Amino acid sequence: MGLLLNIIVDGLAYGMILFMIAVGLSVTMGLMRVVNLAHGGFAMIGGALAHVFGPQMGLGFLPTLILAIAGTIAIAMPLERILYRRIYGFGELQQVLATIGLTFLMIATVNWWLGSTLLAVEMPEVLNQTVDLGFRTLPAHRIAVILLGLAVIAGLWVLLDRTRFGLRLRAAVDNRAIASAHGINTDRIYMIAFGLGAGLAALGGIMGAELLPIDAYYPLRYMVLFLIVVAVGGLGSILGSFLAAIGLGILETATRYLVPEWSTIVFFVLVITLLAIRPRGIMGKA
Amino acid sequence: MKSYIGPIGLILLGIMLFFLFPYNLAFATRIIIMVVFVLSLDLILGYAGIATLGQGAMYGAGAYVAGLFAIHIWADPFAGLIAGATAGAALALVSGFVLMRTTGLTLIMLTIAVASICHEIANRARDITGGADGLRGIRMDPILGLYEFDFIGIAGYWYAFGVAAIVFAFLMILVRSPFGLALRGIHESPERMAAIGAPVYWRRLMAYVLGGTIAGIAGALTAQISQLVSLETFAFALSAEAMIMVILGGMGRLYGAVIGTVVFMWVHHTAAANDPFNWLFVIGALVLAVVFFLPSGLISMPTSLSRLLKGGSNGRS
Amino acid sequence: MEGLEVRGLSKNFGGLIVSENINFDLQPGDRKALIGPNGAGKSTFANLVTGILTPSSGTIRFDGQSIEGLGEAQRVKLGIAKTFQVTTLFVKMTVRENLRLPVLERMGVGLRMFRRADGNAGVEAEVDALLAQFDLTELADLPVSDLAYGQQRLVELALTLALKPRVLILDEPAAGVPSSETHLITDAIANLPENLAVLIIEHDMDLVFKVAQSIVVLVQGRILTEGTPSQIAANAQVRELYLGGGHD
Repeated sequence: MGLLLNIIVDGLAYGMILFMIAVGLSVTMGLMRVVNLAHGGFAMIGGALAHVFGPQMGLGFLPTLILAIAGTIAIAMPLERILYRRIYGFGELQQVLATIGLTFLMIATVNWWLGSTLLAVEMPEVLNQTVDLGFRTLPAHRIAVILLGLAVIAGLWVLLDRTRFGLRLRAAVDNRAIASAHGINTDRIYMIAFGLGAGLAALGGIMGAELLPIDAYYPLRYMVLFLIVVAVGGLGSILGSFLAAIGLGILETATRYLVPEWSTIVFFVLVITLLAIRPRGIMGKA
Repeated sequence: MKSYIGPIGLILLGIMLFFLFPYNLAFATRIIIMVVFVLSLDLILGYAGIATLGQGAMYGAGAYVAGLFAIHIWADPFAGLIAGATAGAALALVSGFVLMRTTGLTLIMLTIAVASICHEIANRARDITGGADGLRGIRMDPILGLYEFDFIGIAGYWYAFGVAAIVFAFLMILVRSPFGLALRGIHESPERMAAIGAPVYWRRLMAYVLGGTIAGIAGALTAQISQLVSLETFAFALSAEAMIMVILGGMGRLYGAVIGTVVFMWVHHTAAANDPFNWLFVIGALVLAVVFFLPSGLISMPTSLSRLLKGGSNGRS
Repeated sequence: MEGLEVRGLSKNFGGLIVSENINFDLQPGDRKALIGPNGAGKSTFANLVTGILTPSSGTIRFDGQSIEGLGEAQRVKLGIAKTFQVTTLFVKMTVRENLRLPVLERMGVGLRMFRRADGNAGVEAEVDALLAQFDLTELADLPVSDLAYGQQRLVELALTLALKPRVLILDEPAAGVPSSETHLITDAIANLPENLAVLIIEHDMDLVFKVAQSIVVLVQGRILTEGTPSQIAANAQVRELYLGGGHD
């Protein structure tokens, strides 16, 4: 029973991190139809900035978090405008290539600036403790991440369902041409959506630094993982990414606990099976 | 006469590489082997349009099987080539059954997943594959019983070159055949191909298996010549670099694959010698430059240049 | 029984019924047209017959053999072929190559790897004949993307004929073709082999009345009526529904 709870808690927390990082990618791929292999780079940039503001400059956790996320968004939005906008019309392969190139540049930049070792990201003291729930104690960090993830999906739901921006975003996802014809400024929607996705990735990267350590090679190392979440969840579907991230998070954690020798193989075999049965992902448009 | 320029150029290139790196034949040989690997990718990606970031799976399979074959069964080079080719073909067939039903992102993901599984299996089966330390102790018999694999690598180089030449010749014939035409058709419009009665799925599977066979041959070469197989053969980086090479040179042109590989590896060699991370700046910039300025690859440079010189849009054919 | 025999064909996507209980016959030599308002389900019907879509219920028989279980490629081999409403060609290839592929496939040599694709004299002769028939010989070695739209539609028609079909479905052959080029399509259709069973789906009523022996009217997935051109033209219901607004 204790093991099961551990798996669920760890898996949920891991899944929330994956969700926060991957949701922006899913929206970008569903909305702008861009295969963006560089998305993990935003999580890395968030972590790198948090390393600079926190351990290096000594700022408190909350200012560090806010500045790091803001900084990532400030980098992402111009990138969308200057680079990504130009490749929207390109073929899939060209997009893969361009974003791989961007990934290399991101890695090289972070390495040149901060070196190639692991970049420590400090969590506030309160999260390093354990929380006593009476029947069990659980790491506060994991609980915080789970609550944060739920807050993110709730916030996204409110944003999409209850705000004008959300309405326009959904219209643009459904049909860009018609949305544009109705006077919706799709260019701006894209840029904001892109920035939002990057900011969420930064949040996920920072909060998840314990699970997915930050270093210069982060985007390449975990790119496959984020793409799997998006593919399994279905492009463009926020709910899909959520379900996929949670499911894959728990799955990966379970295999690590139960069959540590073969966890990676089992994980990938299950992913292959899933994608073979439902090529468009859980919530993908069939 | 015109159609002979290409093959003659390639032979000259082979001779040139031999003399350019007299003390680093290992590097020149690596280029040749990569050319074979990238050619396999050109067939699958450039001609048939199957997007894959996991071609390394077949390459690695060919390498490990050829290495194990030489160690445990028979160290004859050509037998090893066949073993490697068979391994690549078998893996492509088994994985292709599922993969060829998918397209786009899902397909790319699945190819990466297959390669990752192979990587993990090779890692775990330490007793057989040597795990993270790699498969060592591969000693090959002389080629045709005559030419020993010498320390400097002369025999190795010409052996690899010979195999590469045969593979290239095979592909040249293949792409000009009805099958090659059908592959181009499938790439351009699978709907249209189905509407003329072509079994699209089976053709794609066959192309994937052929590509896997050639990748397996490349892997076998690497095992036989460097006498070592490491987990790196299954690494994502290798497949990604191969894709960059083929797009850099120009897809669907065969010669593009050669050009892209040679240029990429030469730039890698030069830039990485200074500082491994400078290399990433260079390759990142190079890749972006190709995407924006030379989308059809380096091989289209003469055409693009002449069009540029003729005055931009006026030069449209 | 020769030809195409459709009975009780229905198709629904979830709750949406797009085809309902369609009965339809097409014999060798027929020239039938299928007309109806937008969204009536004409293209859906064509896709059901050619195997791009699977029916929810009903039967399709060809030469007495039931074919609902066969895939698109298999039906092509039996002799059922269709042109697409949106031109679907190999745009980067030349006209000649576009015609060569279906001939190679039909002859069953699509898998050959060791001969040249253009090295079969019989194939090349057929391709040349088709080029001549459609007056495309001068354009033969140009990439299809260089051709005018009307000419591209002709290539699509020629490509489909290269399959030597017994049933030919033309899905809006004149769609998007400038009026100056429509005669190309009309003439080509008039010159189709006599014993070919032809179904034309069209909005262009000039073309329909020139070519069709009988007209089937489809409305909201159901057949409203069927008759000769003069019967249909006189039919008040059809007029009100469809012909009243003038030509597209």
